Amino acid sequence: MKADLLHYERPLLHSPFHARTSALNKLNAWAPWGGYTTALALEDESMEYTAIRNQASVYDLSPMVKYRVTGTDASAYLDRVMIRNVAKLKVGQVHYTAWCDDDGKLLDDGTLFHFAEHEFLICCQERHLPWFRDAACGYDVEIEDVTTQIAALSLQGPCAFAVLEAAGFAKVAELKPFQIMSATFGKGMLRISRTGFTGDLGYELWTTPDQALAFWDMLFEAGKLFGIRAIGTTALNMARLEAGFIITNYEFVAAEQALRADRVRSPFELGLDWMIDWEKGHFNGRRALLHERDHKTSRWALVGLELEGNVSGEHSLIYHDKKHEVGHITGAIWSPSLKSSIALGMIERPYHFEKNANLWVEIYALRELQYSKLMVKAKVVPRPFFNPPRKRATPPGRF
Amino acid sequence: MPSYDAIVIGGGTNGLAAAGRLAKAGQKVLLLEGRAALGGGAELSHLINVLDDRVEKELQLAKHGLSYADDNVSTTALSPNGEHFVFGGSFGETLSGVSAAEAKAWSELRARLVAHAATLKPFKQMTPPRLAQKVGNDLVSLAKLGLGLRMRGKDALQDFLRLLLINVFDVLDDELTDDRLKGLIAHDTVLGAVMGPRSPNSLLLLLNRIAGGALKYPKGGVASVTVAMSKAITALGVEMRTGTPVKSLVIENDKVVGVIIGEERIDAKRVISAINPQTTFMKLVGPRHLDVGFVRKVEAIRMRGSVAKLNLTLKAAPDFRGANLRSRLVIAPSSKAVEEQFNFIKYSEFSPEPVMEIVLPSAFEGGAHRLSATVQFAPTAPEGGWGKAKPQFLKAIMKQLELYAPGIGKLVTDTELLTPEDIENQYGLIGGNWHHGELAVERMLFLRPFGGMAQYETPIRGLYLGGAGAHPGGGISGAAGWNAANHILKEKRG
Repeated sequence: MKADLLHYERPLLHSPFHARTSALNKLNAWAPWGGYTTALALEDESMEYTAIRNQASVYDLSPMVKYRVTGTDASAYLDRVMIRNVAKLKVGQVHYTAWCDDDGKLLDDGTLFHFAEHEFLICCQERHLPWFRDAACGYDVEIEDVTTQIAALSLQGPCAFAVLEAAGFAKVAELKPFQIMSATFGKGMLRISRTGFTGDLGYELWTTPDQALAFWDMLFEAGKLFGIRAIGTTALNMARLEAGFIITNYEFVAAEQALRADRVRSPFELGLDWMIDWEKGHFNGRRALLHERDHKTSRWALVGLELEGNVSGEHSLIYHDKKHEVGHITGAIWSPSLKSSIALGMIERPYHFEKNANLWVEIYALRELQYSKLMVKAKVVPRPFFNPPRKRATPPGRF
Repeated sequence: MPSYDAIVIGGGTNGLAAAGRLAKAGQKVLLLEGRAALGGGAELSHLINVLDDRVEKELQLAKHGLSYADDNVSTTALSPNGEHFVFGGSFGETLSGVSAAEAKAWSELRARLVAHAATLKPFKQMTPPRLAQKVGNDLVSLAKLGLGLRMRGKDALQDFLRLLLINVFDVLDDELTDDRLKGLIAHDTVLGAVMGPRSPNSLLLLLNRIAGGALKYPKGGVASVTVAMSKAITALGVEMRTGTPVKSLVIENDKVVGVIIGEERIDAKRVISAINPQTTFMKLVGPRHLDVGFVRKVEAIRMRGSVAKLNLTLKAAPDFRGANLRSRLVIAPSSKAVEEQFNFIKYSEFSPEPVMEIVLPSAFEGGAHRLSATVQFAPTAPEGGWGKAKPQFLKAIMKQLELYAPGIGKLVTDTELLTPEDIENQYGLIGGNWHHGELAVERMLFLRPFGGMAQYETPIRGLYLGGAGAHPGGGISGAAGWNAANHILKEKRG
């Protein structure tokens, strides 16, 4: 790549695994993600989805934005930024968290890894370095964008453990969900966390870019008999919807990016308020969130929906009594595992709960170049839609 | 552990005013001043013209010793060849030494400016309105002010709106011809601001100044305002402690419950900070209690200095080529000269031919011959530091003085020059800025000190801003402190 190109002239970055993913990418279906080019699907998205739920799937996580937080105040600092109580996150553990602006509106969500007493890693969808650095005023802490320094793969599916065992990482059996362990691979570091974005048994594997290709080859060799398969974002998106997970800029617009004042959302509106620790002292957005809690000013609610029929409700509007518009679908699929049409919907209160008996989704179904307008009944159901016991079982099954 | 209804931090004019207002309403008040003496930055002034009438009357400052050696100080615009003119009364009500045509042009312009200033004046004495709905705006007062403006007629309203955001240089060029007169008004407009006469919105600062009224020289100097105020509030029961800098605030459950002085903790239901807002939030509160966006706004408050203070002790009275020494003397040859001297601080240099306002306290009340001058323009931090620049700047000032008062240099027995850096170090005025945050249209009313935080309240319950950093800004006024106290009392009732 020519170094003298201006930023908008530069092609997207290649992940450290690009040599392997591009060789497998028969469809040449690429899409941008966080400044990288990333595979939407490699060969067949149905087969890739099937690998997640029945075999072992490998997704290239490297474009995920990653910040390393170090310093004696790292824990106190993160407690000031995050809505969840970081003091409760032990070394060797991961938790899901989110953070807000001053108005208590979501900036992003992500996972927080606690590697050592004074060392953390934030993994998220959007970039936040100026925010994180400005939040550090008054704390002995350093925040560094390490996105390019880490090569990461997500190994997910019922056979994920079996693959790791075959690869020589039998100790992974001890890992409970949201725990991290260190291992060695080649000359460098390898971290394995029992985390993922599929709602299935799975692990995320973190190494350095120089080892990326050797690690990939080793993993695929070990996984041969377990049907290991590289997957793209489309298949992952199906799995994450079944698991009921949200994605920034799909389920909500990151507050720093929203142009329209009414597009921002609070943790209450995304169903993330369970994470808020009111007792831990001040954290960013606390005053606004307290006001929202006490004055019940939340306007929206994210809900899980089950739709009648077998047509996906993607990009559809939600109505009450077929007449009054009350929200929209943020993500939907026909779920192959559940054999039903599931969706996440952003619904104006109180139609999310008190008045949710008469909800309808207007779907424009494209059938051989003609749209059929469907009005299908929608039922609010709890999330996750798909939640197999193998996800949590420790020691994990081999299948 | 003693406990108070309110602790006021900072014993400057605003702190004294806030403490007095609260004590008058029956509150038990403690006032804490970090320096050995009360008065804060008031020492930097040599005349007053914006002392809030509520402060003066309701604290009965006259009864407590405030009187004036001259309550209508005129101004002599100095000329290097003795062609001075006198700008008298309340901001040039009378004018002598200019042509009849110029005097007429000025009187017409003055009438417009005075009327506009009168429109703005009432805002100074109220909590600034907010643009959001249901935020407790004083709608009755606002409606009255709006109606008052409307009643002045369509032409006046149009003129007001046209002038509100214009620069003073263009207005003076449109209406006047005498460079000396334009120079004087341009000088007075930008005094204390980081603006030149050509800077956008500069005319608003002139209206702000005119709203203050006539210049006054208090008997005993400006320090006597502080003395009278401290006597008045002592009589009202305010306890005062000087030489007691506050280390931090005690914040529990998002509410301020007291202050820490040395090792001592003093409890109070409310704390009013009449010191710099940046110091208040970043040092006393600490960023850990504040949101990130809020801290960004606090740190973005512009606090650059532009004025140095010169104090000379003289062997004998100087001769400014026959000028009346019992007046305010101004060196500002033309509005262009003021603009050109302003140019230097844009590049962190001091003005080589500074413009200045001079007062000789000794001319008003006898005693040793002293000269006090506010000198423009001096940057907060010149390239290479003030250590190197200060002697050079002093030389430039003395050269300028020598031009207008030949032989003055030989009369000097003692010299003190306070650069913006010295002013920050001695008075806690960050950047040496007189107003604890530059006064400009984007930092006035509901935008002072910044949007969303302009009604004296802070994100920490029980903590209020009552200093010059809050509306309506600085000057020996006390309005910000008085308004803040009023806001608290109203809130308490409500």
